[in-house]
Amino acid sequence: MGRTARIPLPALAVASLVLVTTALAFVFFVVPNDANQGFSQRIFYFHVSIALTAYACFVGAAWKAFRHLTKQDPDADLESYVLVHQGLIFGTLVLLTGSIWAKISWGHWWLWSEDQLVLFLVLFLFYCAYFMLRYSVDPGPRRANLSAVYALFGVVLIPVSFAAIRLAKGLIHPVVFTRHGPNFGGWILVTYCIAQAAVLVLAYTLYRLELGGKRLDGRLRELREALA
Amino acid sequence: MTTSEKYVTAAYCVVFAVVLVYVLIMALKLQRLEREVDELAERVPEDDAEETPREPARVG
Repeated sequence: MGRTARIPLPALAVASLVLVTTALAFVFFVVPNDANQGFSQRIFYFHVSIALTAYACFVGAAWKAFRHLTKQDPDADLESYVLVHQGLIFGTLVLLTGSIWAKISWGHWWLWSEDQLVLFLVLFLFYCAYFMLRYSVDPGPRRANLSAVYALFGVVLIPVSFAAIRLAKGLIHPVVFTRHGPNFGGWILVTYCIAQAAVLVLAYTLYRLELGGKRLDGRLRELREALA
Repeated sequence: MTTSEKYVTAAYCVVFAVVLVYVLIMALKLQRLEREVDELAERVPEDDAEETPREPARVG
């Protein structure tokens, strides 16, 4: 069990609440309006934080999948599954908040010509198919192995997505992180860091909550079978 | 309220709503698990329940 797994769930929930409230206070009351986009730029703080959290969930899922395949860690398959699920929830939020931001900034809900949007959608749909694969196979080692291999393949799409965005030309989607660091500073950077920490802690809290529920479900099933 | 303020509010409301729905689903699931634990506890004979040492469930 990892060191972070020892943090009690109520403490994590309180930390999430405090961080999210602080982040919202900074977004709406501290950070100044952006010179180009004005008030609408405030979507950036949660939109980018949620996007990076979704990527982190998919990377975490791949790491757990790798542990399942190499170390035969008995909990790794379930952890990988829960992380993919979390990644999809945050991925849905990225698409929704991104569409709203696109409507204000570009006047369109979606642009098929933008590589960054399309590649994220491809990544999202790839992980949606993970569930189709997982539930098409009976529970057992075969399902765990197939799911693990699929989760490992998915993580390859993340660097492809990042590289394609930077290689593409004529973009209207802003690139906020370059090789030289973030394209912003001052209060914007402080607020972004708080928002990123808030979303990461929130994601970890939800992950622990879902994982706890799934483990309890599994134990109950075993008990029911033993009593039958 | 300007148009951009409306859109920003909508974006944050969407985030809040999705997280709220997720927590609601988890709460309903925990309620179901509680019900199932009660059902199982009723099926276990009282003597067995007193003698068998209980291991705490690993949650979270």
